[in-house]
Amino acid sequence: MLKNRIIPCLDVKNGRVVKGINFVDLKDAGDPVEQAKIYSDGGADEICFLDITASNENRDTIYDVVKKTSKRCFVPLTVGGGVRSVEDINKLLNCGADKVSINTAAVENSKVVIDSSKKFGSQCIVVAIDAKKNGDKWEVFTHGGRNNSGIDALLYAEKMEKNGAGELLVTSMDRDGTQVGYDIELMSKISSRVNIPVIASGGVGNLDHLVDGIKLGKASAVLAASIFHYGKHSVKEAKDYLDSKGIPVRI
Amino acid sequence: MNVTIVDYKSGNISSVINSFEEVAKDKVNIEVTSDLNKIKSSDKVVLPGQGSFKSCVEALNNINGLTDILNEFAITNKKPLLGICVGLQMFADIGYEETETKGLGWIAGKVSKIDNQNGKFKLPHIGWNQINIVKDSKIFKEINNNSHMYFVHSYEFIPEDKNVISATTDYSSNIVCSVEKENIFGTQFHPEKSDTMGLKIIDNFINL
Repeated sequence: MLKNRIIPCLDVKNGRVVKGINFVDLKDAGDPVEQAKIYSDGGADEICFLDITASNENRDTIYDVVKKTSKRCFVPLTVGGGVRSVEDINKLLNCGADKVSINTAAVENSKVVIDSSKKFGSQCIVVAIDAKKNGDKWEVFTHGGRNNSGIDALLYAEKMEKNGAGELLVTSMDRDGTQVGYDIELMSKISSRVNIPVIASGGVGNLDHLVDGIKLGKASAVLAASIFHYGKHSVKEAKDYLDSKGIPVRI
Repeated sequence: MNVTIVDYKSGNISSVINSFEEVAKDKVNIEVTSDLNKIKSSDKVVLPGQGSFKSCVEALNNINGLTDILNEFAITNKKPLLGICVGLQMFADIGYEETETKGLGWIAGKVSKIDNQNGKFKLPHIGWNQINIVKDSKIFKEINNNSHMYFVHSYEFIPEDKNVISATTDYSSNIVCSVEKENIFGTQFHPEKSDTMGLKIIDNFINL
């Protein structure tokens, strides 16, 4: 039976791990390579690096982090943040990333998703959707949550599946950093609309939120940052808890 | 000993390289190349594969003489070869991803899309699934039945002769996830991304 995945996410800035509260007020939580190794040894099903300020700063540090991590961690590694072009994707894959997540570039130029999924295969193309509720719909935000594209997130999710995305990483901008739980309605609506796996992100504060993301949000995988890397919970604790709630996990 | 990972521009093979280097340490020489002479003289060959069946077959055919050398290596000389993911799928006679494409024809059978049962099963099949070992395979030494392996694929290999199947995994149906036919080995899952159990499979192949 296919297991639901737990994916610790490390926000990386200038080669160091940070986690923002609503994308600002950053704290330093250590070396990403060491952190990733701790996670993979602890049973993380995948590791995710998000280069949060990549759009406007020197990106070379992330390539180095990916290279070092991929020589030490033998679980899938997803890298996102500031990915603009097919060439950027190629470079990250060559450094040892297994999947690349594309956010702003997928909104601005759908050819990036179409071309890269053709060139490298859908299995390594993750489209990251940052969505924020506006009335009775959700809108897609770009540039690390700074710009509202006005695009309907549900329709956009369907379009990205058609364009060749292998997975969708859905982050609720309303919940990110708040620790009050995933936006379950958003997750379940998107998951019901597409036939590709959805990774839920944004808002995890406790282990029950992970359970809700899978059971109610219908996500195939749950991504979380701060509950893991400030030592609040280990990945193993999270898996044992999910297991106790009847969710299939790799233990 | 030399183990050659065939670099035929089929997409991302850095994880395969990293994992083989991790296991090989200094004991075994890992070559990454499409050089025909190096492949020919190598002791073992790894055939990775990412992307579509069609794109991988085309990439193989783009390198003049490569399929002939692989045929000689695996079929004529019967030296050990491991196919990973689409590398395994290409053992088949034919694949149906994008368009009908001829495979290497090493193991009779076809590669078809996994039946998603009208959307009940999401595709690609991504994540950790358990393998059900159905026959003793040399690459499964010290691998427990029901071990978790990392999968990412939408197509499955359906061999005609079920005796070649060494493991299946349950997703929509019993999907063939590992084959062994004499000197030819293949895994649909990614041992290079399957943590310690996956590295053990790589170790078993290197130590055949």
